[in-house]
Amino acid sequence: MKLELRAITKRFGSLTANDAVDLVVEPGEIHALLGENGAGKSTLMNVLYGLYQPDEGQILIDDKPTTFAGPGDAMAAGIGMVHQHFMLIPVFTVTENVMLGHEQINPLGFLARRRARRGVAEISRRYGLDVPPDALVGDLPVGVQQRVEILKALSRDAELLVLDEPTAVLTPQETQELITVMRALRDGGTSIVFISHKLHEVREIADRITVIRRGKVVGSPEPSASSGDLAALMVGRPVQLVVDKTPASPAETVLEVRELSIISPQGVVLVDSVSFDVHAGEIYAIAGVQGNGQTEVTEALVGLVIPTSGEIVIEGRRVTTLTTDEVLELGVGYVPEDRLHDGLVGSFSVAENLVLDMYDKPPFASRGSLNLDEIDRNADLRVQEFDVRTPSAQASAGTLSGGNQQKVVLARELSRPLKLLIVAQPTRGLDVGSMEFVHRRIVEERDKGTAVVLVSTELDEVLGLADRIAVMYRGKIAGEVPPGTPAEQIGLLMAGSSAQDAAADAPTSDTGTGNPETGEAV
Amino acid sequence: MTATLAKGPPADDSPTPPERINPPWWRRALDGYLYGNQFVVTLLSFLCALVFGAFLIALADQPTRSALGYFFQAPSDTFSRAWTAISAGYSALFRGSIFNTDSLYSNGGVPLFDPLSNTLVNAAPLILGGLAVAVAFRAGLFNIGVQGQLIMGAICAGYVGFKWHLPAGIHLIVALLAGILGGAIWGGIVGLLKAKTGAHEVITTIMLNYVAFYFLGYLLTLKGFQAPNSTEATTSPIDSTARLPNLFQHVHSGLIIAVVAAVGCWWLLSRSTLGFSIKAIGQNPFAARTAGMKVERGYITVMIIAGALAGLVGCSQVLGTRQVLTQDVDAGFGFDAITVALLGRGSPIGTVLAGLLFGAFRAGGVTMGAQTTTPPDVVSVMEPVMVLFIAAPALIRGIFRLRASQGGGGGAAALAKGWNG
Amino acid sequence: MTTALSEEEEALVVTHEVVEVRPSSRKRLITGAALVVTGLVIFLAWGIGARNGDAAFQVSQFGDRWQIGNLRFPGGAVAMIMGVVVVLLGVGQLVRGYTKSQMRWVVAATLLLFILAFLAWAGTGSPQNPISLSGLVQNSITASIPYVLGALAGIVCERSGVINIAIEGQMLVGAFAGAMFASSADSLGIGLAAAMLGGALIGILLAVFAIRYIVNQVVLGVVLNTFALGLTNLGFHAIMSGEKNAAKYNAGATLGPIKIPLLGDLPVIGQALFNVNIIVYITYGLIVVIDVGLFRTRWGLRTRAVGEHPKAADTVGIKVNRIRYRNVVIGGLIAGLAGAALTIGGSGQFNANISSGKGFIALAAVIFGRWSPRGAIAAALLFGFTDQLQITLGIVGTPVQIPSAFLSMAPYVATVIAVAGLVGRVQAPAADGEPYVKG
Repeated sequence: MKLELRAITKRFGSLTANDAVDLVVEPGEIHALLGENGAGKSTLMNVLYGLYQPDEGQILIDDKPTTFAGPGDAMAAGIGMVHQHFMLIPVFTVTENVMLGHEQINPLGFLARRRARRGVAEISRRYGLDVPPDALVGDLPVGVQQRVEILKALSRDAELLVLDEPTAVLTPQETQELITVMRALRDGGTSIVFISHKLHEVREIADRITVIRRGKVVGSPEPSASSGDLAALMVGRPVQLVVDKTPASPAETVLEVRELSIISPQGVVLVDSVSFDVHAGEIYAIAGVQGNGQTEVTEALVGLVIPTSGEIVIEGRRVTTLTTDEVLELGVGYVPEDRLHDGLVGSFSVAENLVLDMYDKPPFASRGSLNLDEIDRNADLRVQEFDVRTPSAQASAGTLSGGNQQKVVLARELSRPLKLLIVAQPTRGLDVGSMEFVHRRIVEERDKGTAVVLVSTELDEVLGLADRIAVMYRGKIAGEVPPGTPAEQIGLLMAGSSAQDAAADAPTSDTGTGNPETGEAV
Repeated sequence: MTATLAKGPPADDSPTPPERINPPWWRRALDGYLYGNQFVVTLLSFLCALVFGAFLIALADQPTRSALGYFFQAPSDTFSRAWTAISAGYSALFRGSIFNTDSLYSNGGVPLFDPLSNTLVNAAPLILGGLAVAVAFRAGLFNIGVQGQLIMGAICAGYVGFKWHLPAGIHLIVALLAGILGGAIWGGIVGLLKAKTGAHEVITTIMLNYVAFYFLGYLLTLKGFQAPNSTEATTSPIDSTARLPNLFQHVHSGLIIAVVAAVGCWWLLSRSTLGFSIKAIGQNPFAARTAGMKVERGYITVMIIAGALAGLVGCSQVLGTRQVLTQDVDAGFGFDAITVALLGRGSPIGTVLAGLLFGAFRAGGVTMGAQTTTPPDVVSVMEPVMVLFIAAPALIRGIFRLRASQGGGGGAAALAKGWNG
Repeated sequence: MTTALSEEEEALVVTHEVVEVRPSSRKRLITGAALVVTGLVIFLAWGIGARNGDAAFQVSQFGDRWQIGNLRFPGGAVAMIMGVVVVLLGVGQLVRGYTKSQMRWVVAATLLLFILAFLAWAGTGSPQNPISLSGLVQNSITASIPYVLGALAGIVCERSGVINIAIEGQMLVGAFAGAMFASSADSLGIGLAAAMLGGALIGILLAVFAIRYIVNQVVLGVVLNTFALGLTNLGFHAIMSGEKNAAKYNAGATLGPIKIPLLGDLPVIGQALFNVNIIVYITYGLIVVIDVGLFRTRWGLRTRAVGEHPKAADTVGIKVNRIRYRNVVIGGLIAGLAGAALTIGGSGQFNANISSGKGFIALAAVIFGRWSPRGAIAAALLFGFTDQLQITLGIVGTPVQIPSAFLSMAPYVATVIAVAGLVGRVQAPAADGEPYVKG
């Protein structure tokens, strides 16, 4: 199937998310759509999928103009989409998820489950997509859930498949499997639109590349173009993302974690006897694919989760059973991984958010009464210091951009004297400028002598910032490695091989197919 | 060493909102008028409710209905009769709640401030009950349990009032404290269940309302409770030492309690650290917890406060208005409190104004029922209709062709989420 | 629904290690102790506390086709045995603890034994005045029908993701419209239709304000209940008051029972289940249709999908809000029928606030039954049973007077206990109460 988008424009209020975007996808090609967060990739795909109506422009399928009133029309036209956040119903089985929306009915009017189940097995075999048809989707790991999503699209005879940031949640090994599936699909004649901001993946699998920036198409480089050229095109300026960082000078131990285990009420072992130390003046990074227990470790550190067993010691004091406010009081700063969910009160003003964990302490309060003047003064100070772009300190935090929200959280946490800073996914969803800023502040805090725990799923970030790196896999620390370790070796640890195996398996030089992530920036 | 362009996964590609500039106040006021801000929406909702009420008055009117039977022969009959009924109904509503022109002409007629007094007597419990709902709203809790809480408050206050014979002064204070305690316990149970087990407060409050109601019914059959030598389900009258003193006319000092409570709630919600944490918990409990606030304790605290306020409604009823404890002590205040809080958009000042308005409705409704053929129930339909319009500002804007306000909120719409949240 | 997974499928499912969770010792002690105390209450109050003599139950009513003699057994002794069984169940929990699924059966068994022992106690020692079993069943069914229908209305609505607190209001308007139109049109059929449409009217308001205007659904439900109460009170006072008006608009016609041959003659259950009015038969039909429909038809699959994850449903081309509109209105129709059961299916005449909280009990049944039709119906029957106990016990005369207020409270207290998670966590459909807005 040939797809052509002509001059698609989509506006949200005064913001133009897509500005006359042209895109041609030939039959049987993998077409990568490359762009920063917020560049308008997902908006474009939602227009294509009928979830948004374009304000201007045309969609042509096999050279015939088409309009999609909803996803139903897009699917009928042979377009399938694998969303960034999976569109699966956790309490339904794989078969139920696949059949939903095009259910077949037996003569009595009941759902033809058995037939649907056979259909799932059939497609599953044909494309090598291994899924258990009767398992509840909520019980499956993300890699398998993604296969269900792909299967869902294929079961509707999709001839063009849109994959929105498909590798974001996968281990390097799962990514390789996905790439194999994508190639098999392409060779079978399916067109694929692959949305990503990861340069090496795009270069590895795309047949053609379209780069968009701020809603506009800015170029169609060859896949053989260098990472540097792609990056510059994507960001719009030569990118210099080296974090200025001197070697760490670790001092005394600030944080000790001993045999920490967390078991969920359902009996799932989320964290499995994890032990590590963090010293003053170093950044200790915990890498790993999302959902391997890192989140729970940070939450236990600040008292949000009570560990099932084990000990947490900060500066010689056992804090395992302290409440969150008591832990924060000790000089712990915490930047949670989901800032809108856990870091900010969206409807509160920037000023109020800047004192969210200090509102009841002097000088912001005395005898149960708020000191509004002091809160406002503090806000003006921090907004200036951290360059928070906001109409005023009284604007609600929910209206700020992601980067500015993160600055508010960071400004709040860094405005107290800290001994230990815990930051989780600090640059998730941020544009390049905000990313640089956040990284700089974290390193500055380290240089002040604060112990820093950094949790990130982004290998590049970990490699760029860390003084020591631990990799978590299924609740355990799979290995601890020094900062210069090759990305491949860490990738293997993230997929569960032991430290020795990983060291043995990893290519010693850069003979691998992909460009090592570390070398990507220019 | 380098960090590269790759960024985290689940960031939505959502567009960055455009930066906004705060316009000057006069511009905001003008825009508010033109595009429908909260005040304008409230006013228009009131208008819509009046129109709706007029329809109901006409439909409830027997002569109008019979004229409707031959509408096509003589349509003017229907309109003139409807107009008679509507004007009679609404003028009775006004006479009963605000000002009665009769009092100007005849000496033996209605005292000048009688209607306003009736309004204020009804407004006091409405304001207190509204605050009990509004304060809980701010913590993200929907307190439908004012009815049960006020009944428990009334039971405690009433028991102290007719059973313990204490010296004047002390008696009233003890009775009030008992009423506060009764309501606070009943509200506190809800907060405790929410905090410890996550039980949804809407469900527990609904259920506890009925438990309190039947409990009162049971008590009123007991020897120590039921008035001696009475066959009816009522207690002996409250001792004069425990009654809320009169201010003027028949307005008792429950009104003062309501005003003090409103001021207290205002301070709590906009100036106190406790209020700060309550609001943070209500808006985003996860962020509140992450910032070190004790969310569970917050739920319990706020429900105790709400229950105490509702307990004061019981006090106002038993120690002030009724001066006796009966099965119908609630008198519908428990549920009207919810509409008052919704109308007042959860703010103490709004709640006071809404309480006054619905107090006037109640007072006027009585006069309407007594002096015209229109049943006073019209008023109890107009109240929810008004709240419905207010909760759906888009509907009001649609009717009056207003443009969407800038940030004018759906008020109640932003409150409590689904069962799981 | 999920069949067992093959071994190779199992390998795809497990990510984290899972350890078996027995309840924590503290929780185990609490629930175990609660069971033991319940058992002791049964033993002491219903067993020791029983009067001397046999418990007597009347199986056949006068005029039944097949006459069966009264059932007699030593009530106190039987209750004591039941108490001992419950104590043993509690000891089991204290000693080793039950798993979650076992616990569910234990709680159900305890509840059943409690009720049976209670009946044994109540029926002991007055052989001249035996408890009529068929009367018991019949009264329970009659009392349960509005709850069952109301609960089904709630399930249809909430499974699609719209919270329905307005069941009470829908019942009330249904009851009013049913009585008024049956009387004024002198046709029970029209009354029935009017009742359903009346319930649907509130349903439409609920749907429009919840879906189109995105009003918070809990707030909306509460406001609609107030609205319905005000409206029916107004209608009652304006239209039905006065002898002449009442004769015309509230004459009190009722639906007569329809007897199914043979089945209607069965002992104990025949009268109660198969000699009933049309509303009850419709209820049977609805129970089957909704239970089967929800899990085995396209409608049900889509309804549940929309209630769990509307966006996912939208991306496969399902019109989310259209399904929600439809289900909310269907819910209104069913709740209206529940209202009809109160007037034309029951006493006939409408009275101010005739539903008096029955809609909230139906809501409680939905929650108690965890949004599943079977669970909700079981809860509705239980609540109906406690309702009619007041009447039955009043006739028999128990050894100790039980204040009717406590029986009235029972469903509400039970629901508070249920939502407090003492019988396991209650989980609503994931998107229940969350409006779906595109984009």
